[in-house]
Amino acid sequence: MTGVQVLITVLMLSGATILIRFLPFFLFPSGKEIPHAVLYLGKVLPAAVMGMLVVYCFKDVSLLSWSYGMPEAIGCLFVIISYLKWKNLLISIGGGTAFYMILVQVIFG
Amino acid sequence: MKKKALKAAFPKTMPVLMGYLFLGLAFGVLLREKGYGWGWALLMSVTIFSGSLQFFATELVVASFQPITAFFMGLLINARYAFYGLSMLEPFRQIDKRKKGYMIFGLTDETYALLCSTKAPEGVDQTWYSFFIVLLDHCYWIMGSLLGNLLGQVLPFSSQGIEFAMTALFLVIFVDQLMVRENRAPGAIGVVLTLICLIALPRDYFLVGAMVGILLSLILLKPVLGGRKQ
Repeated sequence: MTGVQVLITVLMLSGATILIRFLPFFLFPSGKEIPHAVLYLGKVLPAAVMGMLVVYCFKDVSLLSWSYGMPEAIGCLFVIISYLKWKNLLISIGGGTAFYMILVQVIFG
Repeated sequence: MKKKALKAAFPKTMPVLMGYLFLGLAFGVLLREKGYGWGWALLMSVTIFSGSLQFFATELVVASFQPITAFFMGLLINARYAFYGLSMLEPFRQIDKRKKGYMIFGLTDETYALLCSTKAPEGVDQTWYSFFIVLLDHCYWIMGSLLGNLLGQVLPFSSQGIEFAMTALFLVIFVDQLMVRENRAPGAIGVVLTLICLIALPRDYFLVGAMVGILLSLILLKPVLGGRKQ
C-alpha cells in the first residue's frame, strides 16, 4: 500500500469507530424508546463477534506441521486459567504474551 | 475544580494505566515490525483509540488496499461500543456538548467499565471527574503505543510472538462475556461459523463471510435467543 492508501485505511477505521460510538446518541436522543430488535442485538452481538475474533487470531496456525498449534494452545490455556483465577488483565495478557514469546522463541523455536 | 477532579480521577485509572501501557506497547512494536513508524502509531492511537481495531489494523496495513472492507470491519469489530453508548445516554445527558463529544469518542471497553463502576467522591465535580478518566485513559494508550513503536527498534530481545497480545486480549474479553449464561449461545455461534468460513472460504473472504453469517444467524435465531423478555 502507498502512504495515501494507508492514510485512507486509518481514516476509514477511525470514521467507523467514531460513527459506531456516536450512533446511539444520534438515534436515541432523550426519551426516545429503544426498539426491541436493537436491544436484542446489543445482547447477542458482542459475544458472537468476540468469538469470531478469537478464531481469527488462529487463522495462520497449522495443525499439520511443526509446531502443530501447541504453543497457541498452551498460551491460551495460560490466559484462560490465569484470568479465571485472578481476574487480572496484566497477568493474563502481559504474562500470557511473555509466556507465549518464550514458548515460540525458546521451547518450540 | 478541575484540579480536584483530576486528582480524584487519577488513582481510579491506575489499572487502566498498566493495561494500556502494555497493550499499547505491544501494538506499537507490532506496527513497527510491519514497517510503520511512530507517526502512524500516534495517528492511529489518537484517531481510532480502540485496541481490538488497532491490532486488526496492523494486519490491514500489510494487506491489499480495501477501504470499504476496512470500514465495515471497523463497524462490526467495534459494534459493542454502540451498546455501551446506549447505557450512557442517561448519565451523559447533563454534560456540555464539547466534553460530551470527547467522552463519547473515548468510550473504550476499559473506560466504559470505569465510568460504570465509579462515582466522583464527595465535593468533586462529576462531569470533570468522568472527563478526566476518559482523557487519562486516552493519554496512556497514546503513550504506550508511541513507546512500543520507538522501543521496537532497539529491543534487546526478539519480539517474535508479541502478536499473541491480541489473542490474549480477545480471549480475556470473550471469557468475561461467557461468564454470563445468555452470551454462551451467541459466542458459540461466532466461533463455529468463523471456523466453518475459515475452512470453506478463500482466505481473503473468510472474515467477511463470517460477519455476514453471524449477523444473519443472530437475526434468524432471534425467536430462540431473544425469547425471554427482561
